[in-house]
Amino acid sequence: MTGIAVLAGARTLLYKEVLRFWKVSFQTVAAPVLTAILYLLIFGHVLEEHVKVYGAVGYTSFLIPGLVMMSVLQNAFANSSSSLIQSKITGNLVFVLVTPLSHWAWFVAYVGASIVRGVVVGFGVFIVTVWFAPFQVAQPGWVLLFGVMGAAMMGALGLIAGLWAEKFDQIAAFQNFIIMPMTFLSGVFYSVGSLPPFWKAVSHLNPFFYMIDGFRHGFFGVSDVSPWTGLVVVGTSLAVVCALCLHLLKTGYKIRH
Amino acid sequence: MPSTPAISFKNVAKTFSSARGAVKALDDVSFDIEPGEFFGLLGPNGAGKTTLISILAGLARASSGQVLVHGHDVVTDYAAARRALGIVPQELVFDPFFSVREALRIQGGYFGIRHNDAWIDELLANLGLADKADANMRQLSGGMKRRVLVAQALVHKPPVIVLDEPTAGVDVELRQTLWQFVARLNKEGHTVLLTTHYLEEAEALCSRLAMLKQGKVVALDRTSALLAGTASTMLRFKMDAKLPASLAAQSRVTGRIVQITAHDAVEVEAVLATLRNAGCVPEDLEIGRADLEDVFLEIMQGAHA
Repeated sequence: MTGIAVLAGARTLLYKEVLRFWKVSFQTVAAPVLTAILYLLIFGHVLEEHVKVYGAVGYTSFLIPGLVMMSVLQNAFANSSSSLIQSKITGNLVFVLVTPLSHWAWFVAYVGASIVRGVVVGFGVFIVTVWFAPFQVAQPGWVLLFGVMGAAMMGALGLIAGLWAEKFDQIAAFQNFIIMPMTFLSGVFYSVGSLPPFWKAVSHLNPFFYMIDGFRHGFFGVSDVSPWTGLVVVGTSLAVVCALCLHLLKTGYKIRH
Repeated sequence: MPSTPAISFKNVAKTFSSARGAVKALDDVSFDIEPGEFFGLLGPNGAGKTTLISILAGLARASSGQVLVHGHDVVTDYAAARRALGIVPQELVFDPFFSVREALRIQGGYFGIRHNDAWIDELLANLGLADKADANMRQLSGGMKRRVLVAQALVHKPPVIVLDEPTAGVDVELRQTLWQFVARLNKEGHTVLLTTHYLEEAEALCSRLAMLKQGKVVALDRTSALLAGTASTMLRFKMDAKLPASLAAQSRVTGRIVQITAHDAVEVEAVLATLRNAGCVPEDLEIGRADLEDVFLEIMQGAHA
């Protein structure tokens, strides 16, 4: 197989994965955007008058980047995990298994599609929420970097969960008992700096915190920890998750018996 | 110089772990399929046919042994091996998100093939799917979905086509369409490996056969040789009385219908004499040539576990 054919194969799988979620975009894009608006309306209304963050940033302004990043992370995970488990359970994964696609091609395609969905949903949330509070994007480079790295990590985690799970129930458990708590406890709705010392220390063990904190730094130019520290933590976590994911794909974990 | 086999199984073994311990699904399976052959793989349920095909396709890994497709190892040189293979899976699977044409374009794309619509149109026409090209896969009947599976296996024009029970549960019309198309592909030079439970299909289509029983090859020969080398005559009759015990071992009884195999006219005469001496009166007696079903049953009954 020539190099061009290999690239075309990986690109086709990426295209198919993007087309898959786009065909049901009401569920995969519109619904999470609506959920984020509801969070903003409820929490923003209740807390706007009572909470200031980083000294002078209003609560609604603070909340918006957190909601955008939370949507990016949750949807990136949902894309790869749901696609893989559906294909495994319905049996149509065989169409990909019998092809010459390498484990690298699988990885690039599934994680790439997760990044696309995460970014599309995140951009959608940003577009509809940005009108609710004064806003700025102080350092867009950090926004882009943490957004893409976070989506990639969640896409790879979703791929691992999809490989491991044998039924929808297990994917739901992974999402509800691991991904959701780690996202909610990472500073989406509050500044970790305002927590008691113990919980602050616990939060610093959560790599999701660094993703959201670094992403938020791109908007306000301030954050709970230095974005460079966040970059090291997120980059290391991403490398570990990607290495595990590639290993599982290469060995055919639970897909080639 | 001998040509490279289209498919080569070399001492293939596969053991599955289960709650009851290790289960040997394949035990030292070795045979070659030559380029251009129409080869049949037969065996009862659980004989290991699908496991062998899964190893060939890369869906499963052999515990030991080696499988080559046109000389390419299916593990160490999987990309080249899979490019040479078109697999029609046994299960009726489909991707509900796409139309027939989208599914075929995507499948071709996985093999690095783009702008393949002329071949896709030819496949659709030959498989009676031309008017379903833009239909979503969910809207198709079971038979139509089966045709799409065949088209997906052929979309990258593989030299070797593997059909795992392709006519299980499909109507007569589709069977005819499918076999005409596959026979044409075989005449054009494609190697075909077929597993089926319809032994008349295997007899009509396959030039050579392997029979598996409990993971072992128990017969491997040309179809004509298998038919000639075994009991070639079959007595069929109806009878209400109990069959004499001396004939029970070589007979097959289905309700009132009795079938007894015999190698030659002397054996036929001996069977008739035994029936006469036992006071049995056979009705609607026919003497005919044994078919592949008879050969299959004889081999399966004779093969040791």
